[in-house]
Amino acid sequence: MAEKKIRVMVAKPGLDGHDRGARVLARCFRDAGFEVIYTGCHQTPEQIASAAIQEDVDVVGLSCLSGAHRYLFPAVAKLLKEQGAGDITVVGGGIIPEQDFKLLYDAGLKALFVPGATLDSIVAWFKTNVKPRD
Amino acid sequence: MMEKVRKIKSGDVRTASRLIRNLEDGMDEARATMKHLFPLTGHSHVIGITGSPGAGKSTLVDGLVESFRKKEKTVGVLAVDPTSPFTGGAILGDRIRMQRHAEDPGVFVRSLATRGALGGLAKAVGDAIHIMDVMGKDIVIVETVGTGQQEVEIINHSHTVIVVLIPGMGDEIQAIKAGILEIADLFVINKADREGSSKLRRELMAMLDMAPASAFPAGWRPPILKCENAFEPVGFVKSLEEMSQTIEDHYQHLVKHDLLGSRMHRKAAVELNEAIRCAVLEPVLDALVANGDLERMVGQLLKKETDPYTLAEEIAQRYLKARP
Ligand code: B12
Ligand SMILES: Nc1nc2c(ncn2[C@@H]2O[C@H](COP(=O)(O)OP(=O)(O)OP(=O)(O)O)[C@@H](O)[C@H]2O)c(=O)[nH]1
Ligand SMILES: [Mg+2]
Repeated sequence: MAEKKIRVMVAKPGLDGHDRGARVLARCFRDAGFEVIYTGCHQTPEQIASAAIQEDVDVVGLSCLSGAHRYLFPAVAKLLKEQGAGDITVVGGGIIPEQDFKLLYDAGLKALFVPGATLDSIVAWFKTNVKPRD
Repeated sequence: MMEKVRKIKSGDVRTASRLIRNLEDGMDEARATMKHLFPLTGHSHVIGITGSPGAGKSTLVDGLVESFRKKEKTVGVLAVDPTSPFTGGAILGDRIRMQRHAEDPGVFVRSLATRGALGGLAKAVGDAIHIMDVMGKDIVIVETVGTGQQEVEIINHSHTVIVVLIPGMGDEIQAIKAGILEIADLFVINKADREGSSKLRRELMAMLDMAPASAFPAGWRPPILKCENAFEPVGFVKSLEEMSQTIEDHYQHLVKHDLLGSRMHRKAAVELNEAIRCAVLEPVLDALVANGDLERMVGQLLKKETDPYTLAEEIAQRYLKARP
């Protein structure tokens, strides 16, 4: 009867209050059969990393529409690595100009989604790239 | 395996949370680890908190955590939210209200989905409590789903049960229906900023007045606390101090009157029940599904060729040969 469920955390780092996208994604992940932990807005990278470890998630999905992703996304990835949780996949989305992609991928993010990304394509990416742990 | 046990004893969050997940996912190896943890349990004071959806349970848990932290107690929180019966997914949102403690190493919050379990909890809750206990948490708080229906399962896992009620929701009558009154060690009337809280209090009082003395173990009549508006921090914090004090008083009452044993007797019985289900019933069902018998039998039932009772007896004879 063993069934390995995918656990995802959707988090909004920084002062950005645009939470509609994060809420839409939380619902979409639930409908895809994932267990979703939603942390709400105004989270520090430290809070997000710590919560991800306490919840033992497979993926942390960061959403940022304010422009602060250049600092906030790498900070979360770095903290997870430092705390021995580098195996947790980090992805991001929101208003992210293409010229920032390289910086974020170099920082360890595995995928980025910008406005217009369909929910189907996002779920499909998760289902292909997020393997349940061994 | 012993390495895992050692890490959990030292309070390692990563190992503990992973073990909880392996139990949720029904992995045999996780159950094997529990065998080593079980003898080490019995330290934590387990507090259950239940009440209708949106009653303010998570907000109260957050406040209680703060209050216990001021007294330098370490706290574990298990927050249960419902699994969607249609997709198997779940949104676990209780944590939103507790995020300010995320960085405090003395606080460990873990969300769980019900995954089809009835009774307001998740199947892995009992084991998750044990794990937090072995980690050394002084207090473990369990928040139930909050359907307001038959969420009495929590009594099997807690030393102290808090029932949260809010005015103006017809809760008064609902509470009796759901049998929730019988499980309360402490009532909290929440959102006291709303109209009707005095009326609700009077009705609860009247209800307790009518209860037979035998309903109050060793004379513990569940106190009714009013909780100030969560958006007025000063009053809220004061209410929470009072609440955490009452919770500790209740635990002392259990200790003093030797009542902890009977509480834990119920828990032990439930755990045995659950373990038997895992060890006996599930393998049988798995086998019947795997070899197609279950599907075949359902077909027979549809055609009225036989009945469920005969089939169950046949299965019992096939799989439980060693029966005396
Ligand atoms: C709605 C909206 C608001 C609403 C927000 C309501 C709410 N609670 O969410 C309100 C009116 C409150 C608002 C306010 C402001 N807004 Co505004 N807002 C928008 C708007 C029009 C749409 C955003 C939205 O909800 N989209 C729908 C959701 C579903 O899409 P999404 O979040 O982008 O998510 C998609 C992808 O990005 C991706 N994704 C996003 N996150 C994640 C995470 C993961 C894990 C994954 C997998 C995918 C993913 O997947 C989703 C599906 O495709 C955008 C413009 C735009 N077209 O994006 C401006 C926009 C974001 N706002 C902007 C600004 C400047 C503001 C204000 C500062 C305005 C002001 N001066 O007051 C304030 C700040 C508010 C605050 N506290 O932070 C700017 C940001 C500029 C920038 N970053 O450089 C934008 C881009 C408008 C613009 N062109 O100038 N806003
Ligand atoms: N007016 C008022 N609202 C409150 C109070 N406490 C909490 N709330 C609000 O009630 C809503 C639900 O609070 P939660 O703490 O999430 O309630 P819950 O019982 O945990 O909810 P579920 O877990 O979804 O069943 C939130 O919008 C809170 O802000 C209070 O004292 N007064
Ligand atoms: Mg809640």
